[in-house]
Amino acid sequence: MSQTSQKPSVGAPSEASNRVQLSAFNRVLARPEIGALVAAIVIGIFFLIVAPPFRSADSLATVLYQSATIGIVAVGVGMLMIGGEFDLSAGVMVTSAGLVNAIFCFEYGINLWVGAVLSLLFALGVGFLNGYLVMKTGIASFLITLGSFFVLIGVNLGVTKLVTGSVTTSNINQMDGYSQLHAIFASTFTIGGVTVSIIVLWWFLFVAIATWVLQRTKIGNWIFAVGGNSASARAVGVPVLKVKVGLFMTVSFLAWFMGMHTLYRFNTLQSGNGIGNEFLYIIAAVVGGTLLTGGYGNAIGVAIGSFIFGMTNLCIVYAGWDPNWFRAFLGVMLLLAVLVNLYVKKLSTARKVG
Amino acid sequence: MTDTISEHADQTLTQGEPLVEMVDVGKSYGAIRALKGINLTVRAGEVTGVLGDNGAGKSTLIKIISGLHSHNEGTLKVDGNEVKFSSPREALDHGIATVYQDLAVVSLMEVWRNFFLGSEMTSGGFPLSGMKIKEMKRIADEELQKMGIVVKDIDQPIGELSGGQRQCVAIARAVYFGARVLILDEPTAALGVKQSGVVLKYTAAARDAGLGVVFITHNPHHAYLVSDHFVILKLGQAVLDKKRSEVELDELTRQMAGGDELTELSHELKR
Repeated sequence: MSQTSQKPSVGAPSEASNRVQLSAFNRVLARPEIGALVAAIVIGIFFLIVAPPFRSADSLATVLYQSATIGIVAVGVGMLMIGGEFDLSAGVMVTSAGLVNAIFCFEYGINLWVGAVLSLLFALGVGFLNGYLVMKTGIASFLITLGSFFVLIGVNLGVTKLVTGSVTTSNINQMDGYSQLHAIFASTFTIGGVTVSIIVLWWFLFVAIATWVLQRTKIGNWIFAVGGNSASARAVGVPVLKVKVGLFMTVSFLAWFMGMHTLYRFNTLQSGNGIGNEFLYIIAAVVGGTLLTGGYGNAIGVAIGSFIFGMTNLCIVYAGWDPNWFRAFLGVMLLLAVLVNLYVKKLSTARKVG
Repeated sequence: MTDTISEHADQTLTQGEPLVEMVDVGKSYGAIRALKGINLTVRAGEVTGVLGDNGAGKSTLIKIISGLHSHNEGTLKVDGNEVKFSSPREALDHGIATVYQDLAVVSLMEVWRNFFLGSEMTSGGFPLSGMKIKEMKRIADEELQKMGIVVKDIDQPIGELSGGQRQCVAIARAVYFGARVLILDEPTAALGVKQSGVVLKYTAAARDAGLGVVFITHNPHHAYLVSDHFVILKLGQAVLDKKRSEVELDELTRQMAGGDELTELSHELKR
């Protein structure tokens, strides 16, 4: 047996000629975000033609701002989806995080920093609970987070009404710590005559970090593995529970971040806001090439998906159309982008095998 | 490929040394008793063939050794020390690696990512420090080539490889990361004749390199080709426990085909 095993194996194709080096073109085509990129370019050219106001740097800054408002949380949601789970509570959590900060600080008259930290702990706690319940009960994350989604909606409205007597929080812009927090989360700066919100920079930073984590780190490897096949991942020693709970907490961290932005930009919050945004995050991720079943996707794609959202949202106005059509338009864009994704992916894999 | 395996195999292993010992091990899931009174010794440089029909307790047995479930009766010893694993990581740390039939690899991930999954090479101790991607790709490619597996592209998703190649990658990975005990869960079940042959050769090569191998299968022919010791499970209990010298292929086949029940059945059905 030992003698036969020293010969080159018969069954495996061992000839070096079997190797193929994919052309650069095909390697580019095989990337998850390429479909979204094609869609973004097509939609962009379309709006450059039909919406003249879009052809300015100011508009681009506004589109980027609009994209960032969805994009920041969408980065986390995209990573979570690559890890094989959903979070439907992310949209409402943005409002919850802001409310915790605003109401707590206003009622007790304390420094806003205290509320911001408290709100962060609250958001991370909800994220941990979501993840822990999903992992320990084995119930689909869709259901668990649907539950926390409704709980948060109710609590947001209920607590705000109970404490402030209305559905809106009181203005916080005269309180201690406001100017610093406003500078961090909601200030603007001017570049070449164009006013850009700092949240756009934060968005770019989070996308860059997520890209690094997913592609270049051990944890990224684990995220793809738990989303692609969590049983296999567990069997080779990947801490599946920690990875998934960590992903849920990443989403809630980013939701907190967005909540801080909303609060410090508008200074008051409507407690009913945020409902429906969870779908926008998921749409951005799917348009960006994230596989709905997990294990495939990347952060750049999600960012492009968010950009398509921001561009469509504003360019409908720029084009002079009734903004009520936006959601219908978004739905069509979603279907188109998904179809392009599917087509491009088929094209690239077909060539790869052949 | 024997060379590669011996290169990474633990040099301190001596032929015949018991690596894993199970004494009177049992496992119940609630009121259901999946395994009872199992005695099994895995020795260095030997293949232990565990045979059994569906539901005989094979999976439960390996899940105990590999740390996916823990036993609740009897004792499990690794290198003479009693242990009770609570996660696969603990079993891996004791040098026990398992290659599962269906969950050996993550098919959407690239070959090199799969090869290093759970044992990534990083350039620093921080959770976010980068992986040494170039080096990982090079090592994965070299190790696979040494074992006779040439993949088209180390960056291709492992799902594009054939079933036999996927099993071999999983075995190569386990050996590369210093496994001393290799558990193969039905490695040939979904494979064709040629590919089964490749996997069986790897099994033999691992044995010759001094590893202890547990080979789980319901195919007595495959078990007989490589095993030194046979255990047949039926309804959670061992019904046969013999050395290679004490048993013939016919007996294994007869036991696996239903054994005594089959004889009884043929009497009843006699016309």
